[in-house]
Amino acid sequence: MSLTPRQMINAALLVILALLPFLTDWAGDSFYTGLVARILILAIAALSLNLLIGYGGMVSFGHAAFIGVGAYVVGIGAFHAFEDGIDWMLNGYIQLILAIFGTAFIALIIGAISLRTRGVYFIMITMAFSQMLYFTAVGVETYGADDGLSIYSRSDMLGLIDLNDEKSLYYLIFFSLLVVLYLMHRLVGSAFGNVIRGSKSNEARMRAIGFSPYKYRLTAFVIAGAIAGYAGFLMANLNDFVSPDVMHWTRSGDLIIMILLGGMASLFGPLYGALAFLMLEELLSSIPLTIGGLRVGEYWQLLFGPLLILVVLYARNGVDSFLPGARKSP
Amino acid sequence: MNWLLLLEQILNGFQLGLLLFLLAAGLTLVFGIMDMVNLAHGSLYMMGAYFCATFTGWTGSFLIGALLTLPAVFLLGVVVEMVALRTLYARDHLDQVMATFGLILFFNEATRLIWGPIGLVIPLPEFLNQTVEIIPGAPYPAFRLAIILVGFLVAGLLYLIVSRTKLGMLIRAGASNRDMIGALGINIRLLFTLVFGLGAALAGLAGLMAGPILSVEIGMGESILILTLVVIVIGGIGSIKGAFIAAILIGLIDTVGRSFLPELLDLVLPSQTAATAAPAISSMMIYLLMALVLAIKPQGLFPPKGVGR
Amino acid sequence: MTTQDLLVIDNLIKHYDGLLATDDLSLTVRKGELHAIIGPNGAGKTTLIKQLTGEIPSDGGLVSFAGKNIKRLSEPARSHIGIARSFQITSLFQDFTVLENVCLAVQAHNGHSFRFWKKINDDTTLTDPARAILRQMGLEERADTATAALSHGEQRQLEIAVALATKPRLLLLDEPMAGMSREDSEKLVEQLNELKQHYTILLIEHDMDAVFSLADRISVLVYGRAVATGTPDEIRNNEEVRQAYLGEEA
Repeated sequence: MSLTPRQMINAALLVILALLPFLTDWAGDSFYTGLVARILILAIAALSLNLLIGYGGMVSFGHAAFIGVGAYVVGIGAFHAFEDGIDWMLNGYIQLILAIFGTAFIALIIGAISLRTRGVYFIMITMAFSQMLYFTAVGVETYGADDGLSIYSRSDMLGLIDLNDEKSLYYLIFFSLLVVLYLMHRLVGSAFGNVIRGSKSNEARMRAIGFSPYKYRLTAFVIAGAIAGYAGFLMANLNDFVSPDVMHWTRSGDLIIMILLGGMASLFGPLYGALAFLMLEELLSSIPLTIGGLRVGEYWQLLFGPLLILVVLYARNGVDSFLPGARKSP
Repeated sequence: MNWLLLLEQILNGFQLGLLLFLLAAGLTLVFGIMDMVNLAHGSLYMMGAYFCATFTGWTGSFLIGALLTLPAVFLLGVVVEMVALRTLYARDHLDQVMATFGLILFFNEATRLIWGPIGLVIPLPEFLNQTVEIIPGAPYPAFRLAIILVGFLVAGLLYLIVSRTKLGMLIRAGASNRDMIGALGINIRLLFTLVFGLGAALAGLAGLMAGPILSVEIGMGESILILTLVVIVIGGIGSIKGAFIAAILIGLIDTVGRSFLPELLDLVLPSQTAATAAPAISSMMIYLLMALVLAIKPQGLFPPKGVGR
Repeated sequence: MTTQDLLVIDNLIKHYDGLLATDDLSLTVRKGELHAIIGPNGAGKTTLIKQLTGEIPSDGGLVSFAGKNIKRLSEPARSHIGIARSFQITSLFQDFTVLENVCLAVQAHNGHSFRFWKKINDDTTLTDPARAILRQMGLEERADTATAALSHGEQRQLEIAVALATKPRLLLLDEPMAGMSREDSEKLVEQLNELKQHYTILLIEHDMDAVFSLADRISVLVYGRAVATGTPDEIRNNEEVRQAYLGEEA
């Protein structure tokens, strides 16, 4: 089997990510393991959102809410285990099932209503639903309301894997990313993926040749929601904390930025996008330049904002368009 | 129930509703005519407040400050349109969302750079900084009353412009059938720039009026932007009438909900829980309303004729 | 109605904002025939196609297909009972390859598509019939080309190929020759001549030479009404038709 240059770059990236905990050990700075773990979780969420946006043309502006739901499952479980001594609520497998199927169920309801609308209306209604979930979290005093919930014990995986060990957690996250990448690869290339892509390309023709796109789109919406819920499960365990902020509409905007930065026409795009997004944040905010007594890095969004506009205007497919073998943007 | 309080809250609801309308009017036109999602509309609102605070500081008069702010925000809108947004009309909504999201980041950061991270205060002149008894025994802040008056005045003026003038005719034609303006041989670029500037000025007006009662701070544009988006979506994108009705509706629900839900919830929940839950629930009610409207009428309450073709 | 009739349209009505686009239209398409519809611009020909496929609802009247009232069937459902259409303005999956375009249409009639794992690219139950249809339309060599890279004439052919892939019993062709060069048109007429051996076709076309050489019967549509139906000879000699329509073109 021979690899194209692009596949080699992708593979090299995965190898670096696989070795990262050892690289940072060697460099003596484990801060970056945590940072990259966060990036990978966001990449998982962005990958799931790209099924909707990149392949399905469904610009969902509320995807972060699903991450929040998954994260709150862990938070609430830990809370009751800690406060009320309900041990089974700390069981990682029960949390996992609730996080995934709970989000899937919520995505089913939101999707069923939202997918009746088109275009801008779809963008807005998905955002409205995510804001409803956001305000739900803000309004529940028991679970910390605005301030969020500290998670005093991570999900108990019954000895299979110890999430308290940062390395084990990192590898769970990395492995999850690989699984989601492969899942997306299969999904997009399947009969189902064909319908999703076709419905983005030309919905009128899809109906004319006998497809009803709605049920396929709804299924995609549920799948994407469930994966985001899983990302939330990982996120809560990594941060030991969950707050309504993860569900805010601007967080959903961040996920879309990642997809655009990375390039939505490709499988790996969202991963590159998530890396680029958080790396840019790190990089721009540590620019050492000082002008007139003001440190430029402190005002990094002054550069990041226009950069986004430039990416939209001139690099439609983001990072992806700079990799060898890039598809020309239409 | 306290009837005077209810009356006051209804007035507050109108006041918020009219502010929302000022924002929504510009946004819905940009949406409707240019098919353009502009998330940065809230930034223009914020700029209105900051400009007004600065000009008021320079001139020592809120009124002169306000009068200077309007053309300033109009110009800013025109510049933003010409530099950043013009190229985006032909792009899809995703690109527009992204690029204008970038604009928000830029404006917030630029504001922090110029005015600093701490919010500003817009001092009101004596005659606005007092209360008026509309009904004996029910004092109401004069400035809020002024907002309501200005809001209605502008709404009326806008109605006249849209229904009676040539510009209005073009706007209406554009909102219902975009291709038609092109066919009429109108200078579309100029029309778009003009409409965008007008929308910006209205947003600036809303910002400078909100400044003295809310606070002038970074990020003030985002929360109100979301409410504004909800308003235009419920009203039907491109419809001024829809925007007006939806804005008042949202204003009333938000304000009245916030002040009376705690009392209602107190009946069923412990008071601490109720105090936290009430604002969240009244915020949720707005989104619930929107979801409900779209579930039943996917194009909003008053979709302009021909939209969707 | 006889068993010979595949499509029966009875008193069909459609109005837009008070304007009657389809005005009490009645028409019958017999099994196996090529039935052409001609008429001046704005006669409501495309509106009729949209009503037949269910893309837009009708405001009155009856459409029955193979003896069944299809009024309540959705557009995808009508595709599944065998009504296929091509579009006047080319409507393809531009970012798919030629083969993928046809495969997608085959897939639509190959059971449900809730199959999430198996690769679709090498599924011969799709590619075999798709390639056969491309061969039929003379596009086999372009199978792996990006659709956007096709010439206009080739896109028009693919437009028909996609419709054929749904295994139709009735083919609604909406100006298949629109914008084609003379050469391409002549080639397409040959292909349609071949297709009419196997399919019942309702053809809308402005190219009168093509219509009169291909059609078994012709209906003339003016302002949403069928003013005359008959064989090409009958239509050619119909005084009313000559005045209303042909007079301008001939």
